Amino acid sequence: MDIMMTLALSLETAIGPIAAIYVLAAIGLNMHFGYTGLLNFGQVGFMLVGAYGVAVCVTTFGLPLWVGFCVSVLCSVVLALILGIPTLRLRADYLAISTIAVAEVLRLLYRAEFARPVTGGVYGRQSFADAFYEFNDRVGIIPPGSYGIGDVDFSADELWLMLVSWACVALALGMTAMLMRSPWGRVIKGIREDEDAVRALGKDAFTYKLQSLVLGGVFGGVAGVLIALNQGNITPDQFMPQVTFYLWAMLLLGGVGTLWGPVIGPVIMWFLLTLFDETLRSLASSGALPFLATSDSGALRHALVGIALMLLIIYRPQGLVGNRKEMLVNVK
Amino acid sequence: MRKGAHVRTRLVTLLLALIAALLAIPGTAAADAQGGESVWGQIRNPDSDDEGVEGVDIAVSQEGEEIGSATTDADGNWEVEVPEPGTYQVVLDEETVPEEFDLLQVPAGAERDVEVRADQRFAVVYRLVPQGEGDVAASPSESQEADSEDSGGSGEEDAAGSGAEEGEGVVEAPGVATGPGLANQIIGLTVAGLLFGLIIAISSVGLSLIFGTTRLINFAHGDMVTFGAVMAMIFSGTSMLTGLHEPFADVPVLGLVTNPLIVGTVLAVVCGAAVGGVLELFLWRPLRKRNVAMIQMFIVTIGVALLLRHLLLVVFGANREKYVQFRIQDMVNIGPIAITPRDLGIMVLSVLVLVAVASMLQFTRIGKAMRAVSDNRDLAESSGIDVNRVTVYVWMLGGGLSALGGVFLGLNQSVYWQMGFHLLLLMFAAVILGGLGTAYGAMVGGLVIGLVAQLSTLWFSAQLMNVWALLIMIVVLLVRPQGILGRRERVG
Repeated sequence: MDIMMTLALSLETAIGPIAAIYVLAAIGLNMHFGYTGLLNFGQVGFMLVGAYGVAVCVTTFGLPLWVGFCVSVLCSVVLALILGIPTLRLRADYLAISTIAVAEVLRLLYRAEFARPVTGGVYGRQSFADAFYEFNDRVGIIPPGSYGIGDVDFSADELWLMLVSWACVALALGMTAMLMRSPWGRVIKGIREDEDAVRALGKDAFTYKLQSLVLGGVFGGVAGVLIALNQGNITPDQFMPQVTFYLWAMLLLGGVGTLWGPVIGPVIMWFLLTLFDETLRSLASSGALPFLATSDSGALRHALVGIALMLLIIYRPQGLVGNRKEMLVNVK
Repeated sequence: MRKGAHVRTRLVTLLLALIAALLAIPGTAAADAQGGESVWGQIRNPDSDDEGVEGVDIAVSQEGEEIGSATTDADGNWEVEVPEPGTYQVVLDEETVPEEFDLLQVPAGAERDVEVRADQRFAVVYRLVPQGEGDVAASPSESQEADSEDSGGSGEEDAAGSGAEEGEGVVEAPGVATGPGLANQIIGLTVAGLLFGLIIAISSVGLSLIFGTTRLINFAHGDMVTFGAVMAMIFSGTSMLTGLHEPFADVPVLGLVTNPLIVGTVLAVVCGAAVGGVLELFLWRPLRKRNVAMIQMFIVTIGVALLLRHLLLVVFGANREKYVQFRIQDMVNIGPIAITPRDLGIMVLSVLVLVAVASMLQFTRIGKAMRAVSDNRDLAESSGIDVNRVTVYVWMLGGGLSALGGVFLGLNQSVYWQMGFHLLLLMFAAVILGGLGTAYGAMVGGLVIGLVAQLSTLWFSAQLMNVWALLIMIVVLLVRPQGILGRRERVG
């Protein structure tokens, strides 16, 4: 009897705001890794500054939400520059280590005691998203009520957030598609294939890489803003490096270096993860798995993502919709 | 000349980046009071750490006026919400403590004055002991245990005092006591830094050698550290090993050698080496045969890390635990340094192990082969070295050493499922500082990183310990990417 409920719940997650957020961040990561070949393991850092940009502006300084949004985007740009200017000259594996280190340093700084008056330290920030939902109530884009078919249903607030997040996704997708068809996109892809060749043709590879990092970082930052709006409260410790690894698994599942890969990957992954979670939980609570505690399902889910990451990269590096050749030519 | 200019440009870039980073964190503002202050705690059963004591009454009052009271639940938890920041008096009703236990009167009795700040969940720790031991002025060893537990994050009335403060990404300061005075503090922190550095060095030698021989940056190395610590904990808790220890418990040397933890450590190191070997034989070697590109292999290591870490979480649970053995110790004074025999033992053993590894690399056949492969794999292969065999040995060495590092770290601090992951970035910092691929570099780098992390707490918050270590790593990458002991051509 619960099967329909479980499926409905999984579907809700797969098309809901969380999936859209991950899609947006994955589009950014795809810009970095898929098109430019930058091994960025610090995408979560962009999400962190994005989320905190909004939260800090609204709660600490009492500024309106849209100012917070602008600050978030600005913070992402600044972070991309700080991260990129020193590290983009490094070899790929060094870049990976330094990006993950920078993301972790950011998290430690935001949660530190001295930053508490601004960021709220370990407690993070709460109640800053009201203006976002009030806007819908006032303008009435989605009238109050419950929407859905069968077991799948969303409240007006959820639908409003979904609308905004998927609109952001569409915007990011459109931008990526156009950019990749432009001369800029061809240079970017050229850098992925052979940086020296691009440099030999007189292009300044470093500047192009930096531009790509900034653009993808801004996508990550906007995803962070949406996380903040979705939850209504944020703490630094939800921006652990695992989030980046999730994004990688999702991107690899969908297909690296393709337009639709970063969309398909998170949607399918969230569907499967929720399905796995709920099934395990109902099995554990009905006592079918005596050796497992209900609380273990989260850990097992992470372990599963680990396995998925390994199997995908070994057996199907191009993901579901990718082109194997594109993935195999790679930065050494 | 040109090179100097280049370095200068990079330094300027770095400075600019740092200034921008400071600007990116908006300036300070007044803290907003949002309510949510409370006083809480957990009263645990002294006979078993996992169980709480139910039904103990605790009252919170301010200037003689009762604010609220609570009774511990089945897990021993209690919490009283207070209306605003301020000073409160917390009183535990000793009548409600079950008869078989007494309240430990050290360091404070049933009545405590606490100062709650805005938005703080203030942890008040009451400890129970079996009946008859509570009034006795606690023996030095007992108070020592209480102290070390508090520094382990169980939340005695420290300044940060909140439950959420525990863990999450902060490797704590190793528990070496520091006396008053700056000089004593520096000495104490230097010792703690050396200890921490030695632990990092032991764990990261393998990481560096693995990179040298296979060009693989092993993200799962941190979780191999955790694996060692958890294995030692599991082994040392088995009845077989405690049974083995019993007949020898009073014999001076044999008693120590058969201590469950020491035997467990040996077994854990063997297991760690086995895991390293198995990974190489059944994962990395087949992948290399398939010609999987380096970047892909790198992502696979992340998959292995996620898998291993969360399997350990399921097996071990999310709690921090300490080894039962060597937990209660008296300080010994060596000149101006006060250190527990446990930490002294860790330091001596670490130095011995590092010297042994170094002599192995320097003088034995397999050690020379390891260095040769690490220097240039193709050249080593063409001069008749069985590269695949050497690689297996390197992985086993790395696995064993990281397991040993894990046990030491667990002894010094506590064992929890993310301990290795939190150490991983410090290990990266160490090997990059020393020079990726060089074993000696990892040793030097580990010591430097450990010292920097510890000594930074003299001036800065301990929460930022790792930040300094990671910043050093980034600066080294910019200024001298080959590291202290690396050679220039290795880095592209």
